[in-house]
Amino acid sequence: MAKYLLRRLAQIIPTLFFVSVLIFGLQQLLPGDPAIALAGEERDPETIRYLREKFHLDEPLPVRYWHWASGVLKGDLGDSVRIQKPVSELILEKLPVTIQLAAMAMLIALAIGIAAGIVSAVKKDTWLDYVANVFALWGLSTPNFWLGILLILLFAVQLGWLPASGYVSPFEDLKANLSAMLMPAFVLGNAIAAVLMRHTRSAMLQVLSSDYVRTARAKGLDERVVVLKHALRNALIPIITLGALEFGTLLSGAVLTEQVFSIPGFGKLIVDAVFNRDYLVVQGVVLFTATVYITLNLLADLAYFLVNPRMRT
Amino acid sequence: MKKLLRRGGAIFGLVVVALFVVLALAAQWVAPYDPLATSWSAVRQAPGAAYLLGADELGRDVLSRVVWGARASLLAGVVSVCISVACGVPIGMLAGYLGGWIDALISRITDAMLACPFLILAIALAAFLGPSLTNAMIAIGISATPVFIRLTRAQVLAAKAEEYVEAARALGNPHLRIALRHIFPNIVAPLIVQATLAIAAAVIAEASLSFLGLGQQPPAPSWGSMLNTARNYVDQAPWMAIWPGLSIFLLVLSFNLLGDGLRDALDPRHK
Repeated sequence: MAKYLLRRLAQIIPTLFFVSVLIFGLQQLLPGDPAIALAGEERDPETIRYLREKFHLDEPLPVRYWHWASGVLKGDLGDSVRIQKPVSELILEKLPVTIQLAAMAMLIALAIGIAAGIVSAVKKDTWLDYVANVFALWGLSTPNFWLGILLILLFAVQLGWLPASGYVSPFEDLKANLSAMLMPAFVLGNAIAAVLMRHTRSAMLQVLSSDYVRTARAKGLDERVVVLKHALRNALIPIITLGALEFGTLLSGAVLTEQVFSIPGFGKLIVDAVFNRDYLVVQGVVLFTATVYITLNLLADLAYFLVNPRMRT
Repeated sequence: MKKLLRRGGAIFGLVVVALFVVLALAAQWVAPYDPLATSWSAVRQAPGAAYLLGADELGRDVLSRVVWGARASLLAGVVSVCISVACGVPIGMLAGYLGGWIDALISRITDAMLACPFLILAIALAAFLGPSLTNAMIAIGISATPVFIRLTRAQVLAAKAEEYVEAARALGNPHLRIALRHIFPNIVAPLIVQATLAIAAAVIAEASLSFLGLGQQPPAPSWGSMLNTARNYVDQAPWMAIWPGLSIFLLVLSFNLLGDGLRDALDPRHK
């Protein structure tokens, strides 16, 4: 266990190093003097001086990387030129909103995806399987910003059941918060449900044809017990670990969903930063997401390792 | 039954993709109006005889803009995947064939790129490169490259262990010849499947970037930017949102079906 953990941690370090080089490299794509470009539209001489000093822009590239990376290691991602706040503070401020959205979306995705996957595996090659597969294709092919607009049209404009956009803090009014987050969470969960359905279907098909399921059936157990207790429990291992890898889809989707529903989260932060030419915020957000993604990957691997005894040999 | 449906799906995908390609190529003859021509008397006019799919907030014909938008979407899908293939396949072959520290280096860089969520990396690249359709295609192409590096590398590693490659090596063929003449033809099939599915992802990515204002710039028509405007008129002119979205959905669905079908046909492991 310790050996595996150490080997896995050792793999992460070079990956994180290259992620940081990649994100630092983004700055080099800016045309002209990076200090002027990074200063945004105002080009305030004070800001330009601050940036030149902060990023050691007069020094050679490796030295600049070194200064930048050692700042990042201390949690210093620079200051937003637009809002005059540390980037790390901005990220932490917006994060809870996106976490709530992502968690609700994941719940919806798990509920729909796993249920549809079980049904389509158990009823393989019937119309139910066909419907579940069509649903998965729909989920994978629908741009979520379009689905968002369609849902607004139906549930907000036509039926008037849910608010079209906006955000209320759950600490202020939980009911209003949930009704505002329901549509965005569904939109975001939709695509992931499709992926989970496909994973569940193939994992269940594999498990259902295994010896211990045949034994359970031979014992005369109720089919429901066989499917839900014997088969699903084992099929869940790959589903949950593969589900963790959908985090990237979740965050990419959150950018668009938050834009459609005007939710002031992480995704809106990066889009607003792009338009305000607040490049340090863009860099900070990408670096942060990549780090979280790598960490989640590691945790998923460890979880897989822990729950799957075969991996330990 | 299922196989037939799959194949039926692939044929449906092929037909719809072909239809969109024809539409994109013949846009100037198919579109009833100039996609940029505004008309104050037709502002947000509902679908009818004059404007089959309605008119937008500046009185431009939605049908004509959807038809011209196909050009931007297909171009973005195909060009960005060409960029990914052109960069990813040679790098992946290099990593898989040579192995050693070159492989380790390339694999770590690939891991790093894959750690950044696809769309977020594309947004960041498009932001730093500047908003335009060309830059969006470059950004999407670069963001999708690591998938091709990884796939090619894995395929080359598998092919390298095959007897025909050993035979070619035993005959004294130079490395480049072995890689290009013996290995490459045997790894093309999964690459074609991946490329087809990647076009679907690239079409959605271009629409997403344009929706955020980082792709095709107005007034040039693109499905993503049409949806961005339509968002503000959902209650008054829903047709502005329905048609461009439906077009993205149909095109992406078709590429996905085509990719699935190709995988069934070309890759025996997925049968």
